[in-house]
Amino acid sequence: MSTKDEILARINEALVDRPRSAPPPRDYHRTLDPGTDVVELFAQRAADYRATIHRTDAAGLPAAIAAAAGRRRLAVPAGIPPAWTAGLDTVADDPPLDTRALDQIEGVLTGAAVAIALTGTVVLDAGPDQGRRALTLLPDLHLCVVRTDQIVGTVAEALARLDPARPLTWISGPSATSDIELNRVEGVHGPRNLHILIVS
Amino acid sequence: MSTPTFLGMPPFPSTAREALKDGQLRANLGRATATIRDKRLRAIGELPDWEALRETGAAIKDDVLARLPELLLQLEANVTRAGGTVHWARDAADANRIVADIVKRHEATEVVKVKSMATQEIELNAALEDEGIDVWETDLAELIVQLGHDLPSHILVPAIHRNRTEIRDIFLREMAAAGRPAPVDLTDEPAALAEAARLHLREKFLRARVAVSGGNFAVADTGTIVVLESEGNGRMCLTLPEVLVTVLGIEKLVPTWADLEVFLQLLPRSSTAERMNPYTSMWTGVTPGDGPQEFHLVLLDNGRTGTLADPVGRQALRCIRCSACLNVCPVYARTGGRAYGSAYPGPIGAILTPQLRGINQHRVDEQTASLPFASSLCGACFDACPVRIDIPEVLVHLRAKVVEQQHGHLGERALMAAAGATFARPGRLAAAERFGGALLGGARRLRLRGPGWVHAWFGARDLTPPARESFRTWWRKRVH
Repeated sequence: MSTKDEILARINEALVDRPRSAPPPRDYHRTLDPGTDVVELFAQRAADYRATIHRTDAAGLPAAIAAAAGRRRLAVPAGIPPAWTAGLDTVADDPPLDTRALDQIEGVLTGAAVAIALTGTVVLDAGPDQGRRALTLLPDLHLCVVRTDQIVGTVAEALARLDPARPLTWISGPSATSDIELNRVEGVHGPRNLHILIVS
Repeated sequence: MSTPTFLGMPPFPSTAREALKDGQLRANLGRATATIRDKRLRAIGELPDWEALRETGAAIKDDVLARLPELLLQLEANVTRAGGTVHWARDAADANRIVADIVKRHEATEVVKVKSMATQEIELNAALEDEGIDVWETDLAELIVQLGHDLPSHILVPAIHRNRTEIRDIFLREMAAAGRPAPVDLTDEPAALAEAARLHLREKFLRARVAVSGGNFAVADTGTIVVLESEGNGRMCLTLPEVLVTVLGIEKLVPTWADLEVFLQLLPRSSTAERMNPYTSMWTGVTPGDGPQEFHLVLLDNGRTGTLADPVGRQALRCIRCSACLNVCPVYARTGGRAYGSAYPGPIGAILTPQLRGINQHRVDEQTASLPFASSLCGACFDACPVRIDIPEVLVHLRAKVVEQQHGHLGERALMAAAGATFARPGRLAAAERFGGALLGGARRLRLRGPGWVHAWFGARDLTPPARESFRTWWRKRVH
């Protein structure tokens, strides 16, 4: 008998009393109250967790990116439109940068897959404008462009838009820890500066 | 570096007594648990549907337990289809061997680790060190515990018993031996301590070839593993190395992708008291060109099937390891976690540890038998639990098992047996009342004095004297 069969047999033995399996009640809210301004709520909640928020439109985006980047060098995934970074010091992750090289780059610019207003969360799904996961991890500054049509109200709505087959990273504010006396301190291993550019 | 172990610790009353002598520990714990209690109430107060989420969370987990074989096979099939390898481990020795074999096959001499309760439970670090493999804990609190040659004392914040000054001293003293030293002018500012950890660990992240993690959830219908964290050390371990090994208790499943909508709300608000934790990683098998190209999932029993066998006690397997029950527990807040002698401290530990160690199947050792008594049964843990585990109910249930297994004091057992026999028959009770009333009915109060356990209980408790005659006797006189 394999270990697997043995464990499954033990489980079946443990369940001899045949506990009832019923569909769970679903009385919680899957959406926000109608009329909620999800863009405004997202901006507030992300700012609550020390993300820096910029509001702009498509025409103003390159200038907003340049202002947030300052003079820092940015790694960019292959799917970022070149117009966004005209005149900036950028390094394309194509072919993929070596980990140690990536560690030396100060910033990274990406898009996003979906954003959640209720929790102030941005979700990346490694799409062409977001790149592989390491890209948004090693640089200390993350500029993340979120279109207003990507912002949903709740966690439930976000999950419905996401593809579980893709590697997903949910980001709610910059890296933080509560390990010292249970007080929140921003900035441990991930990017210590998170700028979210909301594009209407 | 040698890893301390919980093995061979004395029973709770004696470890608790030791812990209570430590004023610094009590001050650190009192401050930290008060902070997180208030924050949690604010975080859950924001959601008008919090109670509905708890109901659903409990129901989903009960459904998982009822359909466990089917869901585990579904998870295995989906992880395998996505390029992962699934291993099954009966116990700690199985799991530790599987992990060590994977590390050795890659000729790696070190691993980086994401904080994981399952690997603490099986004492993986000690097992890997015995094989000559260096293990680097990367969660800040785990790093503090590891560098301090210490034992964890909290599920979420294993170094909760340390304050900032103690942490600075540990970093200054120990970091150099493990890698990059702490800056000589390190202050005890939390931001400076976090920066020191960032610098110390960065090199280890960049060079590590194998990472070991636990998992918060595994989605059966997609094969997705979910890890919630705050610092980014989890993302480092889950993304940069070539090989990833995840050790997961068999109860950690959720049936469907959509079920995450419940747990991704319950867990962060209950554990760190945030709307959402800073980082959550989700991955399904292996993704070419992104992250580890070899993924192993170790499904761990280690006493879970024995826990599942008890219809009352099995609700402990709903636990999502948030630690809210620790933070609200008046016993935990005073003794700290190390007094419980197990990776799982506090109220959940008091019901989970004895069951994982087999209390449902056989007589357990004295330390394990003492755990269900480490509670005042106040019920704050049940109120706080996001998956509605009725911890007091299970505590009382396990206490009965301990007594059945002939633990406890001989005198106490004899007294209880005598009381049981007396209350079993009306005639015996009436005789005892007549006898007691005649003998002691005139006393104003009763003080029992004696040695040992008599003093321990009655030293501070006077007995109410019995009535001269029972109500029944009095009634009979009036009617006849």
